[in-house]
Amino acid sequence: MIIHDPLASASGELSSRAVRGVGVSTSPAPKRRRHSIGRQLWWFAVPALVVYVTVVVSPTVQGIVMSSTDQTALAPTAKFIGTKNYVMVFSTDAGAAAIRTLEIALAAMVIQNVLGLLLAVVLNGRVLGRNLLRTIIFAPVVVSPLVSGYLFQFLFGPPNVGAVNAVFHALGLRQVVWLGQPNTALIVIVIVIGWQFTGSTMVIYLAGLQGVPEEILEAAALDGAGAFARFWFVTRPFLAPAVIINLMLGLIGGLKVFDQIFATTGGGPAGLTNTISTLIYQLITPLGNYGRASALAVLLAVAIAVLSIIQFAVLRRREVKA
Amino acid sequence: MKGSRGGSIVAHTFSYGSTLLFLFPVYVLINLAIRPASELISPLSPTTHPTFGNFIDAWKQSGLGWAIVTSVIVTVVSCVPITIFSLMASYPLARSTARLSRTTFYFFLVGLLLPFQVAFLPLYLMMRDLQLLGTVWSLVLFYTGLQMPFSIFLMTTFLRSSVEQEFEEAAHIDGASHFKTFLYIVVPLLRPVVGTMLILNGVAIWNDFFTPLLYLSGSNISTIPVALYSFVGVYVSNWPLVFAALIISMSPILALFVAFQRYVIRGFAGGLKG
Repeated sequence: MIIHDPLASASGELSSRAVRGVGVSTSPAPKRRRHSIGRQLWWFAVPALVVYVTVVVSPTVQGIVMSSTDQTALAPTAKFIGTKNYVMVFSTDAGAAAIRTLEIALAAMVIQNVLGLLLAVVLNGRVLGRNLLRTIIFAPVVVSPLVSGYLFQFLFGPPNVGAVNAVFHALGLRQVVWLGQPNTALIVIVIVIGWQFTGSTMVIYLAGLQGVPEEILEAAALDGAGAFARFWFVTRPFLAPAVIINLMLGLIGGLKVFDQIFATTGGGPAGLTNTISTLIYQLITPLGNYGRASALAVLLAVAIAVLSIIQFAVLRRREVKA
Repeated sequence: MKGSRGGSIVAHTFSYGSTLLFLFPVYVLINLAIRPASELISPLSPTTHPTFGNFIDAWKQSGLGWAIVTSVIVTVVSCVPITIFSLMASYPLARSTARLSRTTFYFFLVGLLLPFQVAFLPLYLMMRDLQLLGTVWSLVLFYTGLQMPFSIFLMTTFLRSSVEQEFEEAAHIDGASHFKTFLYIVVPLLRPVVGTMLILNGVAIWNDFFTPLLYLSGSNISTIPVALYSFVGVYVSNWPLVFAALIISMSPILALFVAFQRYVIRGFAGGLKG
């Protein structure tokens, strides 16, 4: 628990000030509840701060500045062009890519959470070899997204090549050019993300389920509540924080997704599976359009920041209530 | 909780069914990786004349051996400063009530909200000007900074919420300096969260593709994902060879996962809540 006790912190601050003022402490604060180490050790944070400012803060500020310039790889001397990049971003194919990014993120979030929650509930109960099953379902989480991208590129390969088409063929279904058309290609991307990250959603739900007190569940069962009623009225409220965390992690992860798309479709066909991340990459490497790439990145940043703040606020409100 | 027999059947069917679905790609992966080029049957049918040749060819031609070495170096060397710096920073940030410390903590938290894409280009130009591009140091510096907010957040909140202050106070009363208290009392108590942090940071760094793709392009070193990318670019339609390379590339991390699965799963379940 983080103790937000204004009295405690005020006295801590006072006493540390007193120590510094007097030099050697002669009269230790008698009522001090929390032992504060004061400012003396603040320098411990300096190495972390230096790297953080160098690698994150200062380049971010520069990136925001860059997004309002016409900087390119070839003409490094940039001039200020205001919001032109942002306007350009929406008048080109970035608007469609943004919507697509959101669609992928939402679809992946739903699949991951529905499947992850169901698996967690089932694998929290009595299932033979449940630890092995958990391990297998979780394993893709540690595999590189690039590897899973390549793997699924083959699984959903063209007719008479891909494994899924082989299944379709065996079942007498018509084979599909999965990655050759935007709609099915998007489905494949969502499946890759689902295959890879359902395991991490599941283990967060499992951790949440283990926090549900057994006694209450038993009491509810004695009172005649069925399995579904027990889940809905007892388990669900305890699971609420895990739900919020998983929804947000799924959504933010989906918004950032890059490797899987890069490896399966490369943004194709005809740029119709591009997301914001792959579009940023294309603006950087072949085109060298630094200004516009930065503008796009700032927009993505804003979207993610807004979602993170919502998550933080919701979680915090729940904690206050609890 | 005792479920009904019907419920148990449903639970077993669902969990085993899903697991088989999760394993289907793995089956195809292995089945094709051991298949000789001459065998032209469906990817679903079990390979009739399994061979180890694809692995040997992939190992020879992909440069994955050196890439694994590079990935190990980058991951290990990055985790050292991340761990030391965030450990150090967490102590004053968690234990000092001075306003300066609180402000510093919030300053780090802002970093959790900044996706690195915004910083990416200026950072790339900075690395270029420092002549670090094409070296592992660009990656080490990048990951150290990038993972710092998350690591500090994890460490500081753990220290605040789960480590009792009595030990530190006792050490203090016995005359230990703040530095000694930190080194001999606080650091050992933080071991569980250091484990979580190493796992989450290690997996993220190990699997990162985008950064080394840009930072190491044009150089003769590559990390595993980058080596794989170039290999697949050359042998794109030779799937048995590509699949053998995929298996080689993921075997180190999968081996570690199997060995430490309890910790890894616990780390992901607990640490990602940040």
